[in-house]
Amino acid sequence: MSSSLTPDAPVFVAKTKGGRITDFVDQRVGGSGILREFGRKVFPDHWSFMFGEVALYSFVILLLSGTFLTFFFDPSMAETHYAGSYTPLKNVEMSVAYSSSLNISFDVRGGLFMRQVHHWAALLFVASVSVHMLRVFFTGAFRKPRELNWVVGSVLLILSMAAGFTGYSLPDDLLSGNGLRIIDGVIKSIPVIGTYISFFLFGGEFPGTMIISRLYMLHILLVPALILLMIVMHLFMVVVHKHTQYPGPGRNDGNVVGYPLGPVYAAKAGGFFFIVFGVVAIMAAFFTINPIWNYGPYDPSPVSAGTQPDWYIGFVDGALRLMPGTIGDWKVEQIWFGHMFTFNVLLPALVPAGILFTVMFTYPWIERWITKDNREHHVLDRPRNAPTRTAIGMAGFVWYCVMWAAAGSDLIATHFHVALNDVTYWLRALFFIGPVIAFIVTKRVALALQRKDREIALHGRETGRIVRLPHGEFIEVHAPLDEYKRYKLVGFESPSPLPAVPNEHGVVDRKERRRAKLSRWFFEDRVAPVTPVELEAAHGHHGSHEAVEAADAQKTLSH
Amino acid sequence: MGNHSDGSPNHSGTVATAGQNEVEKFQDPGIPPHRLRLADTDPRAAKKAERQVALLFGISVVGTLIFLVSYFAIDLGNDSSIATIRLQNALLGIGTAFAMLGIGTGIVHWAKALMPDHEVSEERHAIRTEEDRQAAVRIVDDIVEETGIKRRPLIRNTLLGAVALAPLPALAIFGDLGPRPDFALAHTMWAPGPDGKLKRLARDPDGTPIKAADVTIGSAFHVIPEGLNELSEGKLNEKAKSVVLLMRLDPAELHPSPERIDWAYNGIVAYSKICTHVGCPVALYEQQTHHLLCPCHQSTFDLTQQCKVIFGPASRPLPQLPIAVDSEGYLVATSDFHEPVGPSYWEREQHVLIPNS
Repeated sequence: MSSSLTPDAPVFVAKTKGGRITDFVDQRVGGSGILREFGRKVFPDHWSFMFGEVALYSFVILLLSGTFLTFFFDPSMAETHYAGSYTPLKNVEMSVAYSSSLNISFDVRGGLFMRQVHHWAALLFVASVSVHMLRVFFTGAFRKPRELNWVVGSVLLILSMAAGFTGYSLPDDLLSGNGLRIIDGVIKSIPVIGTYISFFLFGGEFPGTMIISRLYMLHILLVPALILLMIVMHLFMVVVHKHTQYPGPGRNDGNVVGYPLGPVYAAKAGGFFFIVFGVVAIMAAFFTINPIWNYGPYDPSPVSAGTQPDWYIGFVDGALRLMPGTIGDWKVEQIWFGHMFTFNVLLPALVPAGILFTVMFTYPWIERWITKDNREHHVLDRPRNAPTRTAIGMAGFVWYCVMWAAAGSDLIATHFHVALNDVTYWLRALFFIGPVIAFIVTKRVALALQRKDREIALHGRETGRIVRLPHGEFIEVHAPLDEYKRYKLVGFESPSPLPAVPNEHGVVDRKERRRAKLSRWFFEDRVAPVTPVELEAAHGHHGSHEAVEAADAQKTLSH
Repeated sequence: MGNHSDGSPNHSGTVATAGQNEVEKFQDPGIPPHRLRLADTDPRAAKKAERQVALLFGISVVGTLIFLVSYFAIDLGNDSSIATIRLQNALLGIGTAFAMLGIGTGIVHWAKALMPDHEVSEERHAIRTEEDRQAAVRIVDDIVEETGIKRRPLIRNTLLGAVALAPLPALAIFGDLGPRPDFALAHTMWAPGPDGKLKRLARDPDGTPIKAADVTIGSAFHVIPEGLNELSEGKLNEKAKSVVLLMRLDPAELHPSPERIDWAYNGIVAYSKICTHVGCPVALYEQQTHHLLCPCHQSTFDLTQQCKVIFGPASRPLPQLPIAVDSEGYLVATSDFHEPVGPSYWEREQHVLIPNS
């Protein structure tokens, strides 16, 4: 192994077997540099960092289970008569796609299990991507230098929804067929080209004989390839930036505190893959998902009540439900210049999703423009320490949830025995006022939590120990924080509004004035972190510095 | 290091951090002292953790065996019931879950209890050096400069034009994905045959024609055109447009507009079942209120007002199918719908009158 070296030079010889294998590989393909870089790379640890891992792992599970399913699935819409072992559908006319999905469920051993794993993993995938994005948003992890990775993540969210929807339609059962019919209706509402898009997508009139095989191609080739590409970019950027970390003692923008990749972080992250797989397996074992044999083959005539799309499409479906088609006797749908402007479909299908995704994609730049903060951030914000951002996030989240809840308006009505129309009216109202309430409440809660932090930093934590003083008063003893805990509460930045700054010509233009106004809105309500002087004063005010605990606590209460 | 590449607060002066200059801030006390775990100090605890990890791996082996046994021992013969499949599914799932969770929890426990858990701090390095940054900007400037694209607008503009047009073939080549819509959406199977024979209303799904005498007050029928089931191709396409709901009300409760007086027969009316919102089947008939409800988005139509929208996201009433009774007493459609059925589309208005011709 060392033959390439000159014989008289001192030769490094690997002593262990593992070392020799590493050396063997390295001498042939290189890579010791990469190993040196990554072998001990430090990763910060926090439970909220696991959502991204869940997303990655459920994607791997999707690839594994999906590959299995492709061996048995036939995406043909040719008509056939079912001859499999599920008796209730024997001899029923259906598409080959539906028949092969039934065969996977009933005649392939483990087929039903793999279908369920695939569907549950898909739901989990979109859910974990979404929750991961919420985590990133609320902790400010999208700030410089990670704006582009936020964009890649947003693309991944859209792609994961596309992957889910194209897959959901493949079994060609009654439920998914009605889902496609809704999509067709939405597409037809697009001005000018809608009818053409519909005919091109379905290869003619709905439902045609092409759509399943076309969605199949998108589902197993194009969309997963794009997702894979985006994941590679996403992880590459994580490596370039190194991971963010939560604020705390010893952590700053110039370092990264955590566990080395090998062995402990790799073991925890790698072991977590098996845990995610295990949990998905439990769900697949015990919770039926998408029992297509109950729905029957697609037929344009029947539909069952209480049908829901998969959860991630729910918000669009809910928006469709909320939009009134007529207001009084005025039709929302309009005929202008002899053409249909189907606003009752077009607006709810495009506008809310459009606003959500536009704000999502551009938010890092919006905030950077308002705050003029061009620094790199590697330490996360605790959500309470960025009250306005947290409030914006909650407003968007509540808006999404109102639409999402609207997708189940009929089930809400039947389960809670209220009138369906009333549910819709209330949700229509919440669609507008929900985000406003969420914004105000969240901002107040965040500020209150900050004040609580201040109080704890200044006066210590409550010990639950009640002491009676000589003159009869009862007090609770407060214990001072150690410096590490205190630093966590005080070690943040609380920017104040940034007034308009003149540009290079010495002029404050209108855009800058607008920015200054937004900056005030963003930072006006602020709670500054405790400073050493304040802490000193708090103690001094109580009497002697470092006074006896009980006396200190007494003053705390009288404060 | 990372935070001063080009916008450190000292230089840009942009981030106001009132009351937070260095003197007034708390000093970072550094990483808290490391706390040893039980397994770090007590060899018996370490041994115990080791055994626990091994036990978890052992559980994984058991899970794998459960999977294999339930795969091979449970036979999905031709007579397998849904209960057998459920049982096998549950056992395969439990097996997989144990196999995976055993490995996963074992490794995580191993990492948490036995591997070194010292938190370490690593310097962040700038993504690139300041020198590289400036060099990169210069290189890009040089490249742009050497192409001369700024000085030669003719080249730039023709290139932009060419690049803008070049993707058009890539769009055009998808033109054969489907036929042109033309008037396909304007017609349904209900139009009388070439011999002038009116189509009978038949039951969905078996296709038997409906006699007017069979329709009692308060009843509702799901209807398809006669001959639909005999179509050899395009059956679902035709069905997707032509399904109809047939109901009989007290004629006094119907309030037909003058031009629709003869569209009903003895209180029997037929309306398209395809929702004018986005096309779901309007499958729910509330007999008492004479409302039709679409289960997808809850559009509600009032039968007594010619299926006018009274709630929900639909804008237009359901199209009515004019019906009559033939010499044998069967219900027939006297013509096609007078307007396209289903969701609105851009060209719809031009199609409204076509079936009349």
